[in-house]
This record gives sequence, C-alpha cells and structure tokens, in this order.
Amino acid sequence: MNDELLRELVPSVIGVLVRRGADFASAEDAVQEALIRAVETWPDDPPRDPKGWLVAAAWRKFLDAVRSESSRRGREEADFSSSAPVEVSDVDDTLRLYFLCAHPSLPAASAVALTLRAVGGLTTRQIAEASLVPEATMAQRISRAKKRIAGVRLDQPGDLPTVLRVLYLVFNEGYGGDVDLAAEAIRLTRQLVALTEEPEVAGLLALMLLHHARRSSRMVDGRLVPLRDQDRSRWDTALIAEGVVVLQNALARDRLGEYQAQAAIAALHADAASASETDWPQIVEWYDELLALTDSPVVRLNRAVAVGEASGPAAGLAAVAEVGADVPRRDAVLAWLHERSGDLEVAAELYVAASKAAAGVAERDHLTREAARVRSLL
Amino acid sequence: MKYLLLKHYRGGPTPATDQPSMDHWTPEEIDAHMAFMRDFGARLEANGEFVDAQALSIEGTFVRSDGEGRPPVTDGPFAETKDLIAGWYVIDVESWDRAVELAGELSAAPGAGGKPIHEWLEVRPFHTGTSLFE
Repeated sequence: MNDELLRELVPSVIGVLVRRGADFASAEDAVQEALIRAVETWPDDPPRDPKGWLVAAAWRKFLDAVRSESSRRGREEADFSSSAPVEVSDVDDTLRLYFLCAHPSLPAASAVALTLRAVGGLTTRQIAEASLVPEATMAQRISRAKKRIAGVRLDQPGDLPTVLRVLYLVFNEGYGGDVDLAAEAIRLTRQLVALTEEPEVAGLLALMLLHHARRSSRMVDGRLVPLRDQDRSRWDTALIAEGVVVLQNALARDRLGEYQAQAAIAALHADAASASETDWPQIVEWYDELLALTDSPVVRLNRAVAVGEASGPAAGLAAVAEVGADVPRRDAVLAWLHERSGDLEVAAELYVAASKAAAGVAERDHLTREAARVRSLL
Repeated sequence: MKYLLLKHYRGGPTPATDQPSMDHWTPEEIDAHMAFMRDFGARLEANGEFVDAQALSIEGTFVRSDGEGRPPVTDGPFAETKDLIAGWYVIDVESWDRAVELAGELSAAPGAGGKPIHEWLEVRPFHTGTSLFE
C-alpha cells in the first residue's frame, strides 16, 4: 500500500472515531498518531485490512489519551462503550471534514494546515517542511486552529467557497520538503469533485490541472519564464486534455463561477500553439465575465494584458488606467505595454520599479532581467 | 561554527569597483551572475556547510513603541538610511578562516562585463556556547 492510499483513509477514520463519540480534536490527534505508527510498521508488516487497522490503532490511542487525562484530573472515565454506531457514509464524513477544516472562522494559514493534516493525512512535520516553518510552530498552529473550531459540530453545513479558496492556497504554496503541495491540492480537489455536484469545484480542479500542465516550462535553469516565452512542447498534454474535459462538464451545468471562468482562460492558453496564435478576443470576453463575477482589481489588470494583446498596446494602456495604482504587478504590465508600443526608455524604468516591488526572488530577478533586455535594445 | 554572510543593498566600506546597477548589465551577464549564485548555494549544500539563505525586499520600515494605548511609530521607508540589508547566507563551517574564504568567493560573483563585482560582504559569527549557562 503506498503512502497516498494510506492518506486517503484518514478522513473516514476520523469520521468513525467521531461517530463513536470522540471529539474532533482528540480524534484527529489519535488518527495522526496511528498514521505515524502505520508509516513505521506497514512496510515490514502490512495489514490485511488497512482501514480496520487504522481505526483500531487510532481508537486505542484515543482511549489511552482519555484515560491519562481522566487520571490526571482524577475524574471518572467517560463511557464510550455504549455509543451505538450511527450509519453515515464515508462520503459524508469526508465532505464534512473539508468544511470543518476550512471553517470561515479560521485564518487562512491555519485552515491550510488543518486541511492538509485531517483531510490530506500529512504529518505535522511534512506540513511544516512544505510551509518552511519549524515543526513546533506548525504543531501550535494546528492545535490553536482545533481549539478555535471546538464548538463546531461535524454535521453542520459548511461554506464551499472557503473550502475552494483553501485548496487554491494549497495549490499555490508550491512544494518544499518531500511533499508536492500542488499535487496534493489536485488530489484533494479531485476527491472533493467526487463528493459534490457543485460546478465550481470542477472548475477549480480544471484550473489546477491546466496550470499544473505548464509547470515544467515555467522555471528553466532557476529562471522564471513568462507564459508568452514558454516552450509549449513541454506542456503536459494529458493533463491539459483532462482539464478541458473537466471544465466542459462543469460549464455544461450552466452555473458559471470564477474558477470556471479562470479555467476557461487557462484552457484557451493551453489550446494555442504560441502567444501570438492565442484567441485573445475570447480571453478578453472571459475576463469580462470574470469581472462581472468578482469585480476584482487583479482581474481588471489581467484583463488589460489581454486587451493589449487583442487590440494593441494603446488599448491595453487605456485599460490599465482604470486599475488602481496600488495593485500588485501594475508596473510590470505597464512596462510590457510600453515596450510593445516602442517606448523602451519608459519600459526599462517601469521594469526596474516592478522588480523592486516583486513578491519573490524569482520574479524580482526576472523583472530585473527584463529591464536589462529592454535597455540592450536601446 | 555558524556564521552569517550578510549582503547589503547599501552600506559598508567604499565599494571596491564601480558597478552599474544590475538593470544596466546585459541579460547574459545577469544570467551568468544568477548561475554563479545558484552554484555557490549548491556547493555549500554539497559540502554540508549550508544552513539557510534568504533575500529581503528593498521595501520596509522602522517601527517602535510609542507607549501604552498608542499605535506604534514608524519611520521609513529607508530612502535616507545609509545601510540596507539585501539578504544573507547562514553557513556552518570549521573555522572563521573558512567563513572568510567563502565570503571572498561569493564576493567574486561575475557582474557587468563578466568582471567580478568584489562587493563587500559582512561576516558575523553567531553567539553560541549557551551550554555554559545550562
């Protein structure tokens, strides 16, 4: 049994413990301990019934914890033997865990961590490594998050947009340590698609697949390569094909949302043999849809790029003029549009300004290099 | 022994060479510089000397308390300050001499015209030896 199959069992095992009367926080701790034990012992001694093994091991850990807690406080031990099992499917359990771990009352970073642990079945150490924080910090973050949602019952309806936002954050976290969080986000979103009919979930999965398909062309020799310069022969055509099918099924349900619109834009890029052969007018139309759905300044800025490609740099610059000056990457977009209109001096200055405001080292170095490239044309 | 190799945007002794800012280099010179930096980091890891490397944004501010019940006072951005940290390596090496040797190598990163930039790097030992007080 591989690690991924093992981790798939985690949400339903937590569900079993909760139905037997454990509170979520203790159940989750017990399953985490059982999981660590499984990783240690299964390679040499694989169980015949992996889920049964996990349930038994986690339940034992849970009872141990209750006993030591009761003896510490000198209280009577709670009676769990009489709690009759309630018939609830794994599907419901897993779906409810998504809602609980991405509860709207949690800060984003905590919801990400809790989702990775209770739904994803990752260990605290793996989550810490992937998030580049010390393990003790991550353990604290998870335990505080669990305290915060202690009063929330597992059968309460959840907030799907928050769940999707959390999965999107996981996807964008990239990867550190031995865990690929983008791949993990895809796995969790795939699992969620199987649990709900909501087209936005499928829209998010399509968006992730279409972005993931371009991953190997996005960084070359440690350098960031923008979409227009990427080697499209390196794009993963199987992932693109899957993303397009998932998207079409979502769009057919006729309830458009922001993830479906973003995926539609990604699909148009994936479909083009080069930047110049891209169907920019249709991309602008999708940005108009997206703007109607979100009214986000970031979307407005991205739309300006598409307008510049579809109708020329002057139209693009006019579109940027409607974007607030404090929107991240505005200078980078302006630089590109000025370069396209032959205004190289201005473009170089804007690339330098954009590099100083860059969010990361790869982006900073790329923009500095763009400034140098434009200057070398002067 | 752990040492901090500190890189500055500004500050330190008078620059040894008169390098233009990086956006005035050619793209190929930038690529060569970045490749050097990547190799340097990879070499530290391969030697078992690497601990951490981070880069800081040029933006930021000074902050101090202004007393209870009042919001903190900020001073900045750093346009006027003489010293601005750009980033660092933390290395774990045999000796001070090795730390200085590595800082020297890092300072020889290629710049404009392919010539070494010879920038000043600040080398600072970590305070360790807390075991005495345990």
